[in-house]
Amino acid sequence: MSPDLIYGLAGLAVFGIGFFRALTLAAPLRRVLALKLCAVGASFLLIVAAYRQPPVTADAVPHALVITGIVVMVSAMAVALALIHRIAVLERERSDG
Amino acid sequence: MADLAGIDWAVAAVLLPLIGAMACFAVPRAAATIGLAAVAVTGAAALALGLQVAAEGALTVPLGGWGAPLGIDLRADGLSVVMLVMTAGVGLLVSLSALGERDARRRRYFWPLWLLLLTGLNGVYLSGDLFNLYVMIEVISIAAIGLTVLRGNLAALKAGLEYLFASMVGAILFLLAVGLVYLNYGRLDLSGLAGIAGAGDAVLAAVLALTLVGMALKTALFPLHYWLPAAHAGATAPASALLSALVVKASLYIVLRLFQYLVAPSEVMVTLIGALGATAMLWGGIQALRAPRLKLLVAWSTVAQVGLIFVAFARAGADGTAESWKAAALIMLAHALAKAAMFLAAGRIKDEVGHDEIARLDRSPIRPTLAQFTFALAAISLIGLPPTAGFAGKWMLMEGAIAAGYWHWVVVTLVGTLLSVAVFSRVLAGFLRFDRVRGPLGEHQGWALADAPPLVLALGALGLGLIAVQVLAFLEIGAPLGGTTGVWP
Repeated sequence: MSPDLIYGLAGLAVFGIGFFRALTLAAPLRRVLALKLCAVGASFLLIVAAYRQPPVTADAVPHALVITGIVVMVSAMAVALALIHRIAVLERERSDG
Repeated sequence: MADLAGIDWAVAAVLLPLIGAMACFAVPRAAATIGLAAVAVTGAAALALGLQVAAEGALTVPLGGWGAPLGIDLRADGLSVVMLVMTAGVGLLVSLSALGERDARRRRYFWPLWLLLLTGLNGVYLSGDLFNLYVMIEVISIAAIGLTVLRGNLAALKAGLEYLFASMVGAILFLLAVGLVYLNYGRLDLSGLAGIAGAGDAVLAAVLALTLVGMALKTALFPLHYWLPAAHAGATAPASALLSALVVKASLYIVLRLFQYLVAPSEVMVTLIGALGATAMLWGGIQALRAPRLKLLVAWSTVAQVGLIFVAFARAGADGTAESWKAAALIMLAHALAKAAMFLAAGRIKDEVGHDEIARLDRSPIRPTLAQFTFALAAISLIGLPPTAGFAGKWMLMEGAIAAGYWHWVVVTLVGTLLSVAVFSRVLAGFLRFDRVRGPLGEHQGWALADAPPLVLALGALGLGLIAVQVLAFLEIGAPLGGTTGVWP
């Protein structure tokens, strides 16, 4: 087994686990983590695949795509956490009052 | 005029709302003024771009002088311009109706979010590049989620979170698809990709599957529509109108572009898309029949209408998509106008009557007749009675389906139409019954200036049917891309 095949399969596995859990879990925080895994797996796949281009050095464009993807995911993650926090606060208020 | 002609309207259509969004956020006290001005100026830029495209044909703008494949191109053709002008028109009228918002926090955050949304929408419609499409659809998602939770109550927050999860999964899938396209073909500009891909390519199949599932999540195609009803029904009236009328269209547009440039749709693919659309139409109709509240009913009708758009795309099989996409685009346009009008009218009815329980509408002594009239007009367009835009779209759908011998799509569309008649009759019957009212009845109560924007939108949906031929002719401008597209004539 060549290293990039191992890397590729690992990336695919991480992506698959994250994707599956993101769809099946109920707890919001766990779903955020599952989505994070899913995103990391997808990014990993793209980064690894960038090394398989004919010149032996890595192709920079997929890396640029992944960096943008990370920026998007970080902001979406932040929105998700803010929403989860606000929901928790409102639910606590409701059960107290 | 010589100076004006030198302005890059495509760039202006993306940058103006972005600058407006930042200005609204920085100066919250003047947010409404700045916001309205930015929407109006952006609309003017879209119109100017439309005139330019009508005169000169499709145009491409290499940003900063860096052209494809390395740089990013903006591209405007007939379809982009129609979507831009639709967004500008609907957006301006919804903006006008949002001026009446009294809640300080909502007023403060509505405008930056809406302008950011407008940036993303215009960006999607002008993108000539897959990666740019990804970035812009994410700008749309973040802004749309902000609008979903603007009401700030628990139900809206939960619906927004569900929407965010769906949207994030969709984003990851689409990013993966974009990455695969680059790794396999070495470029991301749509015009360069046209004709490169060969049929039966395994990577292409993966790209297609990833993009379709990702976009189906974002546009709420059955069975991935689960997040939409709560999100659209729980938002404030202007936000619901924007979400239902404009946001779902961006991902539909990406699907259309994908089939235009990347891959000719196969018969199996088209049948699958049509089947999902048909199921969405029936399931959305049935759920709308059962919905206890007015806004929830309107939201379920969006699920059904998204289904109808996919059926329109599939109406004549794979060979027919060269014409069918125009039917789909026309129904998208009709739905944008009618649904924005309907959500705004539903919001007005809720404001005046004090609740939006459908079963109790006929007991209310307060009758906001103008809003009810607007609702009925919008319903007529969504059902598809002549001379509305909805009628023109459905006519084109059925004409094409009959000509190609695909009778099952005709049957499905007719059943879906009957369902929507039943759905809207539930509401209209409540408007028209007076025998269950106790106490004096106010015939013209609840008329307000806020009724004007939805009424204009509904009349627009009515009038658009009369110029459907011109719209269709405009859609064709520049659609063939250097003769390299396999599908579009």
